[in-house]
Amino acid sequence: MANLKELRVRIASVKSTAKITKAMQMVAAAKLRRAQEAAEAARPYSQRMGKVLASLAGGGEPADAPKLMTGTGSDDVHLLVVCTAERGLCGGFNSSIARLARDHARRLLANGKTVKFICVGKKGFDILRREFSDKIIDRVDLRNVKRLGFADADAIGKKVIGLFEDGQFDVCTLFYSEFENVVTQVPTAQQIIPAKPEALTDGEADTGSDVLYEYEPSEADILRSLIPRNISVQIFRGLLENAASEQGARMSAMDNATRNANDMIDRLTLDYNRQRQAKITTELIEIIAGAEAL
Amino acid sequence: MAFTFELVSPERLLVSREVDSVVVPAAEGDMTAMPNHAPTMSALRAGMVTVETGGDKEQFVVLGGFADVQPDSCTILAETAATPGDFDRDLLTSRIEEAQTRLKETSDDDERSELEEVLGSLTTLNEQILPA
Repeated sequence: MANLKELRVRIASVKSTAKITKAMQMVAAAKLRRAQEAAEAARPYSQRMGKVLASLAGGGEPADAPKLMTGTGSDDVHLLVVCTAERGLCGGFNSSIARLARDHARRLLANGKTVKFICVGKKGFDILRREFSDKIIDRVDLRNVKRLGFADADAIGKKVIGLFEDGQFDVCTLFYSEFENVVTQVPTAQQIIPAKPEALTDGEADTGSDVLYEYEPSEADILRSLIPRNISVQIFRGLLENAASEQGARMSAMDNATRNANDMIDRLTLDYNRQRQAKITTELIEIIAGAEAL
Repeated sequence: MAFTFELVSPERLLVSREVDSVVVPAAEGDMTAMPNHAPTMSALRAGMVTVETGGDKEQFVVLGGFADVQPDSCTILAETAATPGDFDRDLLTSRIEEAQTRLKETSDDDERSELEEVLGSLTTLNEQILPA
């Protein structure tokens, strides 16, 4: 049984831990709001982009459609772009994305495919390095990025497309965490190369697909620049979702941590008081016994 | 007839409202989109988008992107879009420098003419927004 002094020190240390986790939770809440706003503001662009692509694809694929859309014809080499956070202390956020990517990679390897990784964010790299250190071909560091801009995503997109054009891989899948709400983040795998334009929903089907477009300069030219752009947009969307998810995960993790710390303080305080009372009682008994003996 | 104009950049939706006409800096020259325009998909060069509503003109700077013109709407998916006041001049300057250095390095004729076009539109745009 710990003595009184030890208990006192222990209570003080747990109290300061609770203060830190509480502060982290509040910081995460503030950041979450900003990240959510950014994710929402970016939504129209990717929606419009999806619509444009769908209406282009609805007009039938031209014979010279870029490879980014049709694929290379094989699926032997897979590139996994794994987006995680730069920091920990956000519950299962990083490990659940990494686990999804790892399972995917194991499945591919079991089927005799080749797997390559690009890690965005430090934490995913740290986890995947243990098992796939020789397969990680690149990592992107976003630690110094204060406010995620499209340029950051575009740089990753260009890198991926460059690798694709060099024939380094056939299929590219993006891993990130979809933000559902503060307590739920869904790790998601999304194939970005070859690009699969989302199928039109019934309501929209009649508006775009049968319209004959005029193209300037030409349909092939437009597709050639639109598809790479769409890849960057998808990555950007993934990163924004990730940013919101990270803050959401951290907020609930820190909320839990604060609650646990407070429970622990209560328990320790009870223990402390009980021991103090026991000590007083013992002293009293000794005094009384001593007085009676006289 | 209602004609909706939307200007979206990857970061956010800048404008979404009804207008009379839009002048779009399309890849092969400026193009004015008005109601009942034939469906057109066009690549954009760097330039100014001019929006006219009931005699009022408003301008936006875009650096490349796409315009999707429909009979009842015009959607611009811009790479970078801003009002001339908010526009980041350094970005434009760095783009011009980048194009210049790449122009010096390249030996491919097709690429050279492409880069010259890009450079031309960038410098024109730079002069257009100089007073702002």
